[in-house]
Amino acid sequence: MRHIISLLMENESGALSRVAGLFSARGYNIESLNVAPTEDPTMSRMTIVTSGSDEVIEQINKQLNKLVDVVTVMDLTDGDHIERELMLVKVRAIGDDREELKRMTDIFRGRVIDVTDKTYTIELTGTGHKLDRFLQAIEHSLILETVRTGASGIGRGDRILKL
Amino acid sequence: MELTGAEITIRCLQEEGVEYVFGYPGGAVLFIYDELFKQEQVKHVLVRHEQAAVHAADGYARSTEKVGVALVTSGPGVTNAVTGIATAYLDSIPMVVISGQVPTSFIGEDAFQEVDAVGITRPCVKHNFLVKDAKDIAGTLKKAFYLAKSGRPGPVLVDIPKDVSNQKAEYSYPATVSIRSYNPQVQGDIGQIKRAAQMLLEAKRPMVYAGGGVILSDASKQLTELVRLLGAPCTNTLMGLGGFPASDNQFVGMLGMHGTYEANMGMQNCDVLLAVGARFDDRVIGNVAHFNSVPRKIIHIDIDPASISKRVKVDVSIVGDVGHVVSDLLSVLNSSKQKPDATALKDWWKQITEWRGANSLNYKNSSELIKPQYVIETLHKITHGDAFVTSDVGQHQMWAAQYYKFNKPRRWINSGGLGTMGFGLPAAMGVQLAHPGATVACVTGEGSIQMNIQELSTCKQYNLPIKIVALNNRYLGMVRQWQEFFHGNRYSHSYMDALPDFVKLAEAYGHVGILVEKPSDVEGALKEAFARKDDLVFLDFRTDSTENVYPMVPGGKGLSEVILAEDL
Repeated sequence: MRHIISLLMENESGALSRVAGLFSARGYNIESLNVAPTEDPTMSRMTIVTSGSDEVIEQINKQLNKLVDVVTVMDLTDGDHIERELMLVKVRAIGDDREELKRMTDIFRGRVIDVTDKTYTIELTGTGHKLDRFLQAIEHSLILETVRTGASGIGRGDRILKL
Repeated sequence: MELTGAEITIRCLQEEGVEYVFGYPGGAVLFIYDELFKQEQVKHVLVRHEQAAVHAADGYARSTEKVGVALVTSGPGVTNAVTGIATAYLDSIPMVVISGQVPTSFIGEDAFQEVDAVGITRPCVKHNFLVKDAKDIAGTLKKAFYLAKSGRPGPVLVDIPKDVSNQKAEYSYPATVSIRSYNPQVQGDIGQIKRAAQMLLEAKRPMVYAGGGVILSDASKQLTELVRLLGAPCTNTLMGLGGFPASDNQFVGMLGMHGTYEANMGMQNCDVLLAVGARFDDRVIGNVAHFNSVPRKIIHIDIDPASISKRVKVDVSIVGDVGHVVSDLLSVLNSSKQKPDATALKDWWKQITEWRGANSLNYKNSSELIKPQYVIETLHKITHGDAFVTSDVGQHQMWAAQYYKFNKPRRWINSGGLGTMGFGLPAAMGVQLAHPGATVACVTGEGSIQMNIQELSTCKQYNLPIKIVALNNRYLGMVRQWQEFFHGNRYSHSYMDALPDFVKLAEAYGHVGILVEKPSDVEGALKEAFARKDDLVFLDFRTDSTENVYPMVPGGKGLSEVILAEDL
């Protein structure tokens, strides 16, 4: 099953490689991983999307907690949570396609953030599933480039991951 | 007070009460060596290879309750140390390794003797640090010692660039240390302990399975009391030997791949299993599905939450220091009105006695060929079972574990997790330095001993009167055994030709060598060797080359699917 694991870790060089190294050394999957400093500059927040049996996910949580640089770990999928991912898509936009692509972007509540006479760059936010659906909805041959951040997640309401 | 990074480093070691540093100098650690030279409190032991420095620090740590310390230079110094670090990591040994690094301005430039020490050791340390400023050395070393010995112990590497060791900074050694992301749980949850106690009191066929955690936590006294109170059989893992006295009637021997029949059958057939500081690894319980095919309740005490329910699902988990948890468990049991079920225990022991009757460690002695088991039994006799015994890895290791009956903790020093050939001799050096005057034997084979044979030179320099008991069967015996059992007797590269004359070799290093070729000479040779209190003696026992280690649970099989000597 797919899990979104969120963690706070020391904002130190090498901390990311400890987490990434743990996943590769123990053969755990990483679907996506993103990390950036938080409002407290000594800490970074990481979101890892992974999958595995309940036993594997339990081990992932425990092994992450065991890393000295990891301050706290939460499996967001254990409760109510919000998941968002940002995608930038560059598409070939000429002739009739220009109108069609703009329309699809509007339907998916995206924005065109860069325009040339031959291309659009579209910004789209949502769950990974929604971003996948957008890519399926537009003509595949028009896609020139995509870049995705991987999911970021946060608990709903009072579910707060803080030191 | 302003000091250089190197001065600070040595001051920190002094503050930590470090008695010995095992190391090897090189360019990146010259400033640190210079400061070592200027003082006498921290003694340095010059090894002949960095791997041995780490193993020696490891042996020192295992035989004491202290943190082992090694010091190596950058580049090859670090890479040579990696095997030693991984060995300590797999067996959770408290250790601090200080490595030199190229100057900070050279890092990343593929400088001479540069490796990414933090990167290369990351998967085999508890934690590691690169110190980029001399002002951070004291705080980092304080953290390193704290991390190494607290919680589940392990090796910590501190990488110090050459310019940092020469940079001046204000020095004061921190009195306390706190790491916000690291708070190991010491006390166990009392609710869980009560549940465990109840489960144990209701057990009809209880079994105690104790591992290296008992040794690391210095909890063998509490464990022994608990086992006696429960009236249950107790088995030890390879890492746990000595944690419960082997001469006690409730001891059923080591379990696992080369465990006794009664220990493995007990594990398989008990109804309540109490695992204490042990982690159900593959060499211990064999095939997980087979192990799980029989219903039993499992209680698991371990300081590392990640060790719990990793390979085997447990019913009651207690995270905490083994010593604390077992003490609490004892108080709960002692204050309970309920007592262990004496009638059920009687039946259980009847069954165990029957399994014991298989006499699974029996072997046929010979008057022609020296049987390795006989050498170990005689070693036990001559040393009154009271020696520190280090070992290398292979058949000799298993025989030492099976036939040297350890009654005390920290006497059996071996590389259980990583299985590092070449561990025995350098580890023995650390043990001998920690316990001057004690009897230290290194049980080894002609294969393993050659992996760190150069340390005979270190032993000479520091007058370490270790007794090397080499079971020389002219084969990489354990490899040969597997090839005999599972590869159609095709002994692919497990025969070692062109062996050195070990007696002459020992003499060349300034030691004493004794060749033993006849069973009737075994006892005399051991007596002679151990009577030489001041000499390192290399005993070259030419043992039966075809002897196998029994019992054996083949890889991937279940604990009851055992091959006994008599089956063949």
